[in-house]
Amino acid sequence: MTEPLVRIEQARKSFNKVHALRSVNLSIYPGEVLFIIGPSGSGKSTLLRTINRLEMLDSGSVWFDGIDVMDHKTDIRHIREQIGMVFQAFHLYPHLRVLDNITLAPRVVKKVTAEQARLKAQQLLEKIHLPDKIHAWPEQLSGGQKQRVAIARALAMEPRLLLFDEPTSALDPEMVKEVLDVMLDLAREGMTMAVVSHEMGFAKAAAHRVIFMDEGEIVEEGSPDQIFNRPQNPRTEKFLQHVLH
Amino acid sequence: MGLEIDREPRVNIQVTDGVLLPEKSQPTLFNSWAIAFTLAVVLLVVLPIVRPDPYWNILVTFPAGILVTFQVTVSAIILATLIGIFVGIGQLSKRTFINRLATVYVEIIRGIPLLVQIFFLYFALGRFLRLQDFPAAVLSMAICYGAYMGEVFRAGIQAIPRGQMEAALSQGLSRGQALRLIILPQTVKIILPAIGNEFIALLKDSSLVSVVALTDLFRQARNYASVTFNYFDAYLMVSLVYLVFTLFLSRLVAFMEEKLKQHD
Repeated sequence: MTEPLVRIEQARKSFNKVHALRSVNLSIYPGEVLFIIGPSGSGKSTLLRTINRLEMLDSGSVWFDGIDVMDHKTDIRHIREQIGMVFQAFHLYPHLRVLDNITLAPRVVKKVTAEQARLKAQQLLEKIHLPDKIHAWPEQLSGGQKQRVAIARALAMEPRLLLFDEPTSALDPEMVKEVLDVMLDLAREGMTMAVVSHEMGFAKAAAHRVIFMDEGEIVEEGSPDQIFNRPQNPRTEKFLQHVLH
Repeated sequence: MGLEIDREPRVNIQVTDGVLLPEKSQPTLFNSWAIAFTLAVVLLVVLPIVRPDPYWNILVTFPAGILVTFQVTVSAIILATLIGIFVGIGQLSKRTFINRLATVYVEIIRGIPLLVQIFFLYFALGRFLRLQDFPAAVLSMAICYGAYMGEVFRAGIQAIPRGQMEAALSQGLSRGQALRLIILPQTVKIILPAIGNEFIALLKDSSLVSVVALTDLFRQARNYASVTFNYFDAYLMVSLVYLVFTLFLSRLVAFMEEKLKQHD
Protein backbone atom coordinates (compact mmCIF):
# COMPACT_ATOMS: atom_id res chain seq x y z
CA MET A 1 0.00 0.00 0.00
CA THR A 2 1.22 3.51 -0.76
CA GLU A 3 2.26 5.87 1.99
CA PRO A 4 -0.55 8.13 3.22
CA LEU A 5 -0.21 11.85 2.44
CA VAL A 6 -1.81 12.73 5.76
CA ARG A 7 -1.69 10.62 8.90
CA ILE A 8 -3.58 11.67 12.00
CA GLU A 9 -2.91 9.71 15.18
CA GLN A 10 -4.71 9.84 18.50
CA ALA A 11 -5.86 13.40 17.85
CA ARG A 12 -7.46 15.04 20.87
CA LYS A 13 -8.74 18.56 21.16
CA SER A 14 -11.21 20.31 23.43
CA PHE A 15 -12.64 23.81 23.51
CA ASN A 16 -13.63 24.99 26.99
CA LYS A 17 -13.83 21.42 28.27
CA VAL A 18 -16.04 20.34 25.37
CA HIS A 19 -14.39 17.52 23.47
CA ALA A 20 -14.14 18.46 19.81
CA LEU A 21 -11.91 15.50 18.96
CA ARG A 22 -11.41 12.40 21.07
CA SER A 23 -8.72 10.09 19.86
CA VAL A 24 -9.19 10.33 16.13
CA ASN A 25 -7.05 8.23 13.79
CA LEU A 26 -7.22 8.90 10.08
CA SER A 27 -5.08 8.58 6.97
CA ILE A 28 -5.60 10.26 3.63
CA TYR A 29 -3.94 8.67 0.62
CA PRO A 30 -2.65 10.39 -2.53
CA GLY A 31 -5.38 10.73 -5.16
CA GLU A 32 -8.09 9.96 -2.66
CA VAL A 33 -11.35 11.90 -2.31
CA LEU A 34 -12.33 11.61 1.34
CA PHE A 35 -15.73 12.70 2.52
CA ILE A 36 -16.38 13.63 6.14
CA ILE A 37 -19.99 13.79 7.28
CA GLY A 38 -21.61 14.20 10.66
CA PRO A 39 -23.88 16.46 12.68
CA SER A 40 -22.77 20.00 13.49
CA GLY A 41 -20.42 20.05 16.45
CA SER A 42 -19.20 16.54 15.67
CA GLY A 43 -15.63 17.80 15.19
CA LYS A 44 -15.37 17.38 11.43
CA SER A 45 -14.32 20.97 10.70
CA THR A 46 -11.90 20.90 13.62
CA LEU A 47 -10.37 17.71 12.25
CA LEU A 48 -9.95 19.31 8.84
CA ARG A 49 -8.37 22.43 10.35
CA THR A 50 -5.77 20.46 12.28
CA ILE A 51 -4.29 19.20 9.01
CA ASN A 52 -2.85 22.66 8.18
CA ARG A 53 -2.60 23.62 11.86
CA LEU A 54 -5.28 26.29 11.84
CA GLU A 55 -6.15 24.40 15.04
CA MET A 56 -3.54 22.99 17.39
CA LEU A 57 -4.13 19.59 18.98
CA ASP A 58 -4.13 19.07 22.74
CA SER A 59 -2.42 15.74 22.15
CA GLY A 60 -1.79 13.32 19.34
CA SER A 61 -0.09 14.05 16.05
CA VAL A 62 -0.67 15.01 12.45
CA TRP A 63 1.81 14.06 9.75
CA PHE A 64 1.83 15.56 6.29
CA ASP A 65 4.09 13.78 3.82
CA GLY A 66 6.02 12.38 6.78
CA ILE A 67 6.50 15.77 8.48
CA ASP A 68 5.15 16.42 11.97
CA VAL A 69 2.66 19.27 11.48
CA MET A 70 2.19 20.03 15.19
CA ASP A 71 5.91 20.27 15.93
CA HIS A 72 6.81 23.91 16.55
CA LYS A 73 10.14 23.39 14.85
CA THR A 74 8.34 22.50 11.62
CA ASP A 75 8.18 25.27 9.04
CA ILE A 76 4.39 25.37 8.99
CA ARG A 77 4.30 27.83 6.11
CA HIS A 78 6.06 25.31 3.88
CA ILE A 79 3.37 22.76 4.72
CA ARG A 80 0.50 25.20 4.32
CA GLU A 81 1.62 26.24 0.86
CA GLN A 82 1.16 22.63 -0.23
CA ILE A 83 -2.36 22.40 1.23
CA GLY A 84 -5.14 24.46 -0.31
CA MET A 85 -8.16 25.32 1.80
CA VAL A 86 -11.65 26.34 0.71
CA PHE A 87 -13.90 27.84 3.38
CA GLN A 88 -17.64 27.90 3.88
CA ALA A 89 -17.69 31.72 3.78
CA PHE A 90 -15.21 31.94 0.84
CA HIS A 91 -12.94 34.50 2.55
CA LEU A 92 -11.88 36.10 -0.69
CA TYR A 93 -9.76 39.20 -0.10
CA PRO A 94 -12.36 41.96 -0.63
CA HIS A 95 -9.80 44.71 -1.29
CA LEU A 96 -8.24 42.84 -4.22
CA ARG A 97 -9.57 42.06 -7.68
CA VAL A 98 -10.09 38.44 -8.72
CA LEU A 99 -6.74 38.36 -10.49
CA ASP A 100 -4.87 39.58 -7.40
CA ASN A 101 -6.83 37.27 -5.12
CA ILE A 102 -5.47 34.38 -7.17
CA THR A 103 -1.92 35.62 -7.74
CA LEU A 104 -1.12 37.10 -4.32
CA ALA A 105 0.05 33.95 -2.54
CA PRO A 106 2.04 32.50 -5.47
CA ARG A 107 3.87 35.82 -5.83
CA VAL A 108 4.46 36.41 -2.13
CA VAL A 109 5.05 32.86 -0.92
CA LYS A 110 6.46 31.06 -3.96
CA LYS A 111 8.12 34.13 -5.53
CA VAL A 112 6.49 33.41 -8.90
CA THR A 113 6.84 36.35 -11.30
CA ALA A 114 3.79 38.54 -11.84
CA GLU A 115 3.60 37.47 -15.48
CA GLN A 116 3.73 33.75 -14.71
CA ALA A 117 1.18 34.15 -11.94
CA ARG A 118 -1.16 36.01 -14.27
CA LEU A 119 -0.94 33.30 -16.94
CA LYS A 120 -1.67 30.67 -14.32
CA ALA A 121 -4.64 32.71 -13.05
CA GLN A 122 -6.04 32.96 -16.58
CA GLN A 123 -5.80 29.19 -16.99
CA LEU A 124 -7.51 28.63 -13.67
CA LEU A 125 -10.30 31.08 -14.48
CA GLU A 126 -10.90 29.16 -17.72
CA LYS A 127 -11.06 25.99 -15.69
CA ILE A 128 -13.71 27.38 -13.34
CA HIS A 129 -15.58 28.92 -16.28
CA LEU A 130 -15.08 32.55 -15.19
CA PRO A 131 -12.47 33.92 -17.62
CA ASP A 132 -14.25 37.27 -17.99
CA LYS A 133 -14.21 37.95 -14.24
CA ILE A 134 -10.45 38.43 -14.04
CA HIS A 135 -10.72 42.15 -13.23
CA ALA A 136 -13.91 41.94 -11.16
CA TRP A 137 -14.06 42.74 -7.45
CA PRO A 138 -15.21 39.95 -5.14
CA GLU A 139 -18.29 41.96 -4.15
CA GLN A 140 -19.45 41.90 -7.79
CA LEU A 141 -19.60 38.09 -7.84
CA SER A 142 -22.43 35.77 -6.85
CA GLY A 143 -21.88 33.28 -4.04
CA GLY A 144 -21.20 30.44 -6.43
CA GLN A 145 -18.75 32.55 -8.42
CA LYS A 146 -16.98 33.61 -5.22
CA GLN A 147 -16.53 30.02 -4.15
CA ARG A 148 -15.20 29.03 -7.58
CA VAL A 149 -12.69 31.88 -7.41
CA ALA A 150 -11.75 30.70 -3.92
CA ILE A 151 -11.06 27.26 -5.39
CA ALA A 152 -8.95 28.86 -8.14
CA ARG A 153 -7.06 30.81 -5.48
CA ALA A 154 -6.29 27.58 -3.66
CA LEU A 155 -5.27 25.83 -6.90
CA ALA A 156 -2.90 28.65 -7.84
CA MET A 157 -0.47 27.35 -5.22
CA GLU A 158 -0.49 23.95 -6.99
CA PRO A 159 -1.37 22.16 -3.77
CA ARG A 160 -0.92 18.45 -3.16
CA LEU A 161 -4.04 18.37 -1.01
CA LEU A 162 -7.25 20.39 -1.02
CA LEU A 163 -9.35 20.84 2.13
CA PHE A 164 -13.00 21.82 1.67
CA ASP A 165 -14.79 23.03 4.79
CA GLU A 166 -18.51 22.93 3.96
CA PRO A 167 -17.91 24.61 0.58
CA THR A 168 -21.57 24.77 -0.46
CA SER A 169 -23.31 25.39 2.88
CA ALA A 170 -23.44 29.17 2.44
CA LEU A 171 -24.75 29.01 -1.11
CA ASP A 172 -28.22 29.40 -2.54
CA PRO A 173 -29.44 26.04 -3.90
CA GLU A 174 -29.17 27.07 -7.54
CA MET A 175 -25.46 27.86 -7.12
CA VAL A 176 -24.45 24.62 -5.45
CA LYS A 177 -24.15 22.70 -8.71
CA GLU A 178 -21.66 25.05 -10.37
CA VAL A 179 -19.30 24.66 -7.38
CA LEU A 180 -19.77 20.89 -7.18
CA ASP A 181 -19.06 20.60 -10.92
CA VAL A 182 -15.70 22.27 -10.44
CA MET A 183 -14.94 19.99 -7.50
CA LEU A 184 -15.98 16.96 -9.55
CA ASP A 185 -13.56 17.98 -12.31
CA LEU A 186 -10.78 18.17 -9.73
CA ALA A 187 -11.68 14.76 -8.32
CA ARG A 188 -11.54 13.23 -11.81
CA GLU A 189 -8.12 14.77 -12.40
CA GLY A 190 -6.87 12.86 -9.39
CA MET A 191 -6.60 15.71 -6.88
CA THR A 192 -6.35 14.55 -3.28
CA MET A 193 -9.30 16.07 -1.47
CA ALA A 194 -10.77 16.04 2.02
CA VAL A 195 -14.30 17.37 1.97
CA VAL A 196 -16.55 18.24 4.90
CA SER A 197 -19.99 18.43 3.35
CA HIS A 198 -23.47 17.01 3.34
CA GLU A 199 -23.76 16.88 -0.44
CA MET A 200 -24.59 13.19 -0.65
CA GLY A 201 -25.06 13.26 -4.41
CA PHE A 202 -21.53 14.56 -4.84
CA ALA A 203 -20.20 12.04 -2.33
CA LYS A 204 -21.77 9.18 -4.28
CA ALA A 205 -20.35 10.49 -7.55
CA ALA A 206 -16.82 11.37 -6.45
CA ALA A 207 -15.88 10.09 -3.00
CA HIS A 208 -13.66 7.06 -2.58
CA ARG A 209 -14.27 6.85 1.13
CA VAL A 210 -16.76 8.36 3.55
CA ILE A 211 -16.25 8.77 7.27
CA PHE A 212 -19.06 9.54 9.67
CA MET A 213 -18.14 11.54 12.77
CA ASP A 214 -20.20 12.12 15.88
CA GLU A 215 -19.19 13.73 19.18
CA GLY A 216 -15.56 14.00 18.20
CA GLU A 217 -15.13 10.41 17.11
CA ILE A 218 -15.06 8.55 13.82
CA VAL A 219 -18.08 6.30 14.25
CA GLU A 220 -17.98 4.56 10.91
CA GLU A 221 -16.06 4.57 7.69
CA GLY A 222 -16.43 2.87 4.37
CA SER A 223 -17.22 3.30 0.70
CA PRO A 224 -20.08 5.69 -0.19
CA ASP A 225 -22.20 2.66 -1.02
CA GLN A 226 -21.54 1.07 2.37
CA ILE A 227 -22.17 4.21 4.39
CA PHE A 228 -25.18 5.52 2.55
CA ASN A 229 -26.94 2.27 1.70
CA ARG A 230 -25.84 -0.19 4.36
CA PRO A 231 -24.72 1.73 7.45
CA GLN A 232 -23.70 -0.61 10.28
CA ASN A 233 -23.89 1.81 13.20
CA PRO A 234 -27.30 3.02 14.42
CA ARG A 235 -25.90 6.57 14.93
CA THR A 236 -24.91 6.69 11.26
CA GLU A 237 -28.29 5.40 10.24
CA LYS A 238 -30.09 7.96 12.39
CA PHE A 239 -28.00 10.84 11.04
CA LEU A 240 -28.54 9.81 7.42
CA GLN A 241 -32.26 9.63 7.95
CA HIS A 242 -32.19 13.22 9.19
CA VAL A 243 -30.07 14.48 6.33
CA LEU A 244 -31.69 12.61 3.49
CA HIS A 245 -35.24 13.48 4.45
CA MET B 1 3.77 38.01 15.67
CA GLY B 2 0.69 36.42 17.25
CA LEU B 3 -2.66 38.03 16.78
CA GLU B 4 -5.92 37.55 18.59
CA ILE B 5 -8.62 38.47 16.15
CA ASP B 6 -12.12 38.13 17.48
CA ARG B 7 -14.98 36.89 15.39
CA GLU B 8 -16.93 40.08 14.96
CA PRO B 9 -19.14 41.48 12.26
CA ARG B 10 -17.73 44.23 10.08
CA VAL B 11 -18.54 47.46 11.86
CA ASN B 12 -18.09 51.12 11.36
CA ILE B 13 -15.46 52.35 13.77
CA GLN B 14 -16.41 55.54 15.53
CA VAL B 15 -13.86 56.78 17.96
CA THR B 16 -14.86 60.37 18.16
CA ASP B 17 -13.92 62.86 20.74
CA GLY B 18 -15.24 66.30 20.33
CA VAL B 19 -16.70 66.82 16.93
CA LEU B 20 -20.13 65.41 16.29
CA LEU B 21 -20.37 63.98 12.85
CA PRO B 22 -23.47 65.09 11.00
CA GLU B 23 -25.27 62.21 9.34
CA LYS B 24 -27.96 62.23 6.74
CA SER B 25 -30.19 60.18 8.97
CA GLN B 26 -30.03 62.91 11.61
CA PRO B 27 -31.33 66.07 9.99
CA THR B 28 -31.32 68.01 13.27
CA LEU B 29 -27.59 67.40 13.66
CA PHE B 30 -26.99 68.53 10.13
CA ASN B 31 -28.96 71.67 10.86
CA SER B 32 -26.94 72.42 13.96
CA TRP B 33 -23.81 72.01 11.87
CA ALA B 34 -25.14 74.38 9.21
CA ILE B 35 -26.16 76.98 11.76
CA ALA B 36 -22.83 76.92 13.56
CA PHE B 37 -20.82 76.98 10.35
CA THR B 38 -22.82 79.81 8.82
CA LEU B 39 -22.67 81.83 12.02
CA ALA B 40 -18.90 81.46 12.25
CA VAL B 41 -18.29 82.37 8.63
CA VAL B 42 -20.63 85.35 8.71
CA LEU B 43 -19.05 86.74 11.87
CA LEU B 44 -15.56 86.21 10.46
CA VAL B 45 -16.48 88.17 7.33
CA VAL B 46 -18.75 90.83 8.75
CA LEU B 47 -16.88 91.83 11.91
CA PRO B 48 -13.60 92.85 10.17
CA ILE B 49 -15.59 94.82 7.58
CA VAL B 50 -17.79 96.65 10.09
CA ARG B 51 -15.04 97.28 12.63
CA PRO B 52 -11.59 96.93 10.99
CA ASP B 53 -10.10 98.01 14.31
CA PRO B 54 -9.66 95.69 16.11
CA TYR B 55 -11.06 92.73 14.10
CA TRP B 56 -9.20 93.20 10.82
CA ASN B 57 -6.01 93.97 12.72
CA ILE B 58 -6.39 90.74 14.68
CA LEU B 59 -7.16 88.66 11.61
CA VAL B 60 -4.08 89.77 9.66
CA THR B 61 -1.80 88.42 12.38
CA PHE B 62 -3.24 84.90 11.96
CA PRO B 63 -1.97 83.44 8.62
CA ALA B 64 1.55 82.64 9.86
CA GLY B 65 0.04 81.00 12.94
CA ILE B 66 -2.45 79.01 10.86
CA LEU B 67 0.41 77.68 8.79
CA VAL B 68 2.26 76.53 11.92
CA THR B 69 -0.90 74.97 13.35
CA PHE B 70 -1.42 72.91 10.21
CA GLN B 71 2.24 71.98 9.99
CA VAL B 72 2.17 70.67 13.55
CA THR B 73 -1.14 68.89 13.03
CA VAL B 74 -0.24 67.19 9.76
CA SER B 75 3.24 66.13 10.94
CA ALA B 76 1.88 64.86 14.25
CA ILE B 77 -1.00 62.91 12.71
CA ILE B 78 1.37 61.14 10.30
CA LEU B 79 3.72 60.19 13.12
CA ALA B 80 0.83 59.25 15.41
CA THR B 81 -0.62 57.00 12.70
CA LEU B 82 2.70 55.17 12.36
CA ILE B 83 2.89 54.75 16.12
CA GLY B 84 -0.78 53.71 16.14
CA ILE B 85 -0.22 50.87 13.65
CA PHE B 86 2.43 49.31 15.89
CA VAL B 87 0.52 49.97 19.11
CA GLY B 88 -2.69 48.53 17.65
CA ILE B 89 -0.92 45.40 16.46
CA GLY B 90 1.00 45.22 19.73
CA GLN B 91 -2.20 45.32 21.77
CA LEU B 92 -3.45 42.27 19.86
CA SER B 93 -0.17 40.39 20.05
CA LYS B 94 -0.10 37.07 21.86
CA ARG B 95 3.50 37.74 22.85
CA THR B 96 3.27 38.89 26.43
CA PHE B 97 6.11 41.40 26.33
CA ILE B 98 4.89 43.20 23.20
CA ASN B 99 1.30 43.07 24.40
CA ARG B 100 2.14 44.58 27.80
CA LEU B 101 4.37 47.22 26.26
CA ALA B 102 1.56 48.42 23.99
CA THR B 103 -1.26 48.21 26.52
CA VAL B 104 0.72 49.88 29.32
CA TYR B 105 1.67 52.69 26.96
CA VAL B 106 -1.99 53.24 26.12
CA GLU B 107 -3.02 53.10 29.79
CA ILE B 108 -0.41 55.65 30.82
CA ILE B 109 -1.19 58.08 28.03
CA ARG B 110 -4.94 57.87 28.54
CA GLY B 111 -4.59 58.50 32.25
CA ILE B 112 -2.70 61.79 32.04
CA PRO B 113 -4.31 65.06 30.92
CA LEU B 114 -3.04 66.08 27.52
CA LEU B 115 -1.82 69.46 28.68
CA VAL B 116 0.24 67.85 31.44
CA GLN B 117 1.67 65.31 29.01
CA ILE B 118 2.64 68.01 26.58
CA PHE B 119 4.38 70.02 29.27
CA PHE B 120 6.20 66.95 30.53
CA LEU B 121 7.16 65.52 27.13
CA TYR B 122 8.09 68.87 25.71
CA PHE B 123 10.46 69.65 28.55
CA ALA B 124 11.72 66.06 28.72
CA LEU B 125 12.43 66.00 24.98
CA GLY B 126 14.04 69.42 25.12
CA ARG B 127 16.18 68.55 28.12
CA PHE B 128 17.40 65.07 27.20
CA LEU B 129 17.29 65.09 23.42
CA ARG B 130 17.90 68.80 22.92
CA LEU B 131 15.20 68.95 20.28
CA GLN B 132 14.15 72.18 18.64
CA ASP B 133 10.74 73.61 19.40
CA PHE B 134 8.95 72.32 16.31
CA PRO B 135 10.10 68.69 16.40
CA ALA B 136 9.60 68.63 20.17
CA ALA B 137 6.05 69.87 19.78
CA VAL B 138 5.27 67.41 16.99
CA LEU B 139 6.81 64.50 18.83
CA SER B 140 4.96 65.17 22.06
CA MET B 141 1.65 65.44 20.23
CA ALA B 142 2.44 62.26 18.27
CA ILE B 143 3.32 60.28 21.39
CA CYS B 144 0.02 61.33 22.98
CA TYR B 145 -2.09 60.68 19.92
CA GLY B 146 -0.23 57.47 19.04
CA ALA B 147 -2.05 55.86 21.97
CA TYR B 148 -5.43 56.93 20.68
CA MET B 149 -4.52 55.91 17.14
CA GLY B 150 -3.45 52.55 18.56
CA GLU B 151 -6.96 52.10 19.91
CA VAL B 152 -8.38 53.01 16.51
CA PHE B 153 -6.16 50.48 14.74
CA ARG B 154 -6.87 47.80 17.34
CA ALA B 155 -10.62 48.21 16.86
CA GLY B 156 -10.17 48.33 13.09
CA ILE B 157 -8.09 45.16 12.95
CA GLN B 158 -10.58 43.39 15.20
CA ALA B 159 -13.39 44.38 12.87
CA ILE B 160 -11.85 42.37 10.02
CA PRO B 161 -13.40 38.88 9.96
CA ARG B 162 -11.12 36.20 11.39
CA GLY B 163 -11.45 34.22 8.16
CA GLN B 164 -9.28 36.75 6.32
CA MET B 165 -6.28 35.93 8.50
CA GLU B 166 -7.03 32.21 8.28
CA ALA B 167 -7.32 32.31 4.49
CA ALA B 168 -3.98 34.12 4.24
CA LEU B 169 -2.25 31.77 6.69
CA SER B 170 -3.69 28.72 4.92
CA GLN B 171 -1.95 29.88 1.75
CA GLY B 172 1.41 29.90 3.46
CA LEU B 173 1.73 33.61 4.22
CA SER B 174 3.46 34.58 7.45
CA ARG B 175 1.46 36.53 10.02
CA GLY B 176 3.43 39.64 9.13
CA GLN B 177 2.70 39.24 5.43
CA ALA B 178 -0.96 38.56 6.14
CA LEU B 179 -1.17 41.69 8.29
CA ARG B 180 0.58 43.88 5.77
CA LEU B 181 -1.08 42.58 2.60
CA ILE B 182 -4.52 41.40 3.74
CA ILE B 183 -5.54 42.81 7.12
CA LEU B 184 -4.14 46.35 7.25
CA PRO B 185 -5.32 47.47 3.78
CA GLN B 186 -8.86 46.53 4.81
CA THR B 187 -8.40 48.11 8.23
CA VAL B 188 -7.25 51.43 6.82
CA LYS B 189 -10.36 51.67 4.72
CA ILE B 190 -12.74 51.28 7.62
CA ILE B 191 -10.82 53.48 10.05
CA LEU B 192 -10.27 56.38 7.65
CA PRO B 193 -13.16 58.39 9.16
CA ALA B 194 -11.85 57.67 12.65
CA ILE B 195 -8.42 58.95 11.59
CA GLY B 196 -10.16 62.03 10.24
CA ASN B 197 -11.74 62.60 13.63
CA GLU B 198 -8.39 62.19 15.36
CA PHE B 199 -7.01 64.76 12.93
CA ILE B 200 -9.69 67.24 13.95
CA ALA B 201 -9.13 66.56 17.63
CA LEU B 202 -5.40 66.98 17.11
CA LEU B 203 -5.93 70.25 15.26
CA LYS B 204 -7.75 71.60 18.28
CA ASP B 205 -5.32 70.18 20.80
CA SER B 206 -2.37 71.63 18.92
CA SER B 207 -3.37 74.92 20.56
CA LEU B 208 -2.02 73.45 23.81
CA VAL B 209 1.44 73.31 22.28
CA SER B 210 1.47 77.07 21.94
CA VAL B 211 1.54 77.27 25.72
CA VAL B 212 5.05 75.88 25.72
CA ALA B 213 6.71 77.18 22.62
CA LEU B 214 5.29 77.44 19.16
CA THR B 215 3.86 80.53 17.56
CA ASP B 216 0.80 78.80 16.22
CA LEU B 217 -2.64 80.22 15.59
CA PHE B 218 -3.55 80.45 19.25
CA ARG B 219 -0.19 82.02 20.18
CA GLN B 220 -0.76 84.74 17.61
CA ALA B 221 -4.04 85.62 19.26
CA ARG B 222 -2.44 85.63 22.70
CA ASN B 223 0.39 87.82 21.43
CA TYR B 224 -2.07 90.31 20.06
CA ALA B 225 -4.03 90.30 23.30
CA SER B 226 -0.98 90.71 25.48
CA VAL B 227 0.05 93.81 23.53
CA THR B 228 -3.36 95.47 23.21
CA PHE B 229 -5.00 94.03 26.36
CA ASN B 230 -7.97 93.32 24.11
CA TYR B 231 -8.40 89.72 25.22
CA PHE B 232 -12.07 89.35 24.42
CA ASP B 233 -11.86 90.29 20.73
CA ALA B 234 -8.64 88.37 20.10
CA TYR B 235 -10.02 85.17 21.61
CA LEU B 236 -13.34 85.67 19.83
CA MET B 237 -11.63 85.83 16.45
CA VAL B 238 -9.34 82.88 17.11
CA SER B 239 -12.33 80.83 18.31
CA LEU B 240 -14.17 81.57 15.09
CA VAL B 241 -11.18 80.55 12.96
CA TYR B 242 -10.81 77.24 14.82
CA LEU B 243 -14.54 76.66 14.51
CA VAL B 244 -14.56 77.19 10.76
CA PHE B 245 -11.66 74.77 10.31
CA THR B 246 -13.05 72.00 12.52
CA LEU B 247 -16.59 72.26 11.21
CA PHE B 248 -15.36 72.21 7.64
CA LEU B 249 -13.14 69.21 8.32
CA SER B 250 -15.87 67.32 10.17
CA ARG B 251 -18.08 67.78 7.13
CA LEU B 252 -15.28 66.42 4.99
CA VAL B 253 -14.93 63.37 7.24
CA ALA B 254 -18.68 62.77 7.15
CA PHE B 255 -18.58 62.98 3.35
CA MET B 256 -15.69 60.53 3.23
CA GLU B 257 -17.60 58.17 5.52
CA GLU B 258 -20.62 58.38 3.27
CA LYS B 259 -18.49 57.55 0.21
CA LEU B 260 -16.93 54.55 1.93
CA LYS B 261 -20.36 53.25 2.96
CA GLN B 262 -21.60 53.49 -0.61
CA HIS B 263 -18.65 51.41 -1.78
CA ASP B 264 -19.50 48.55 0.59
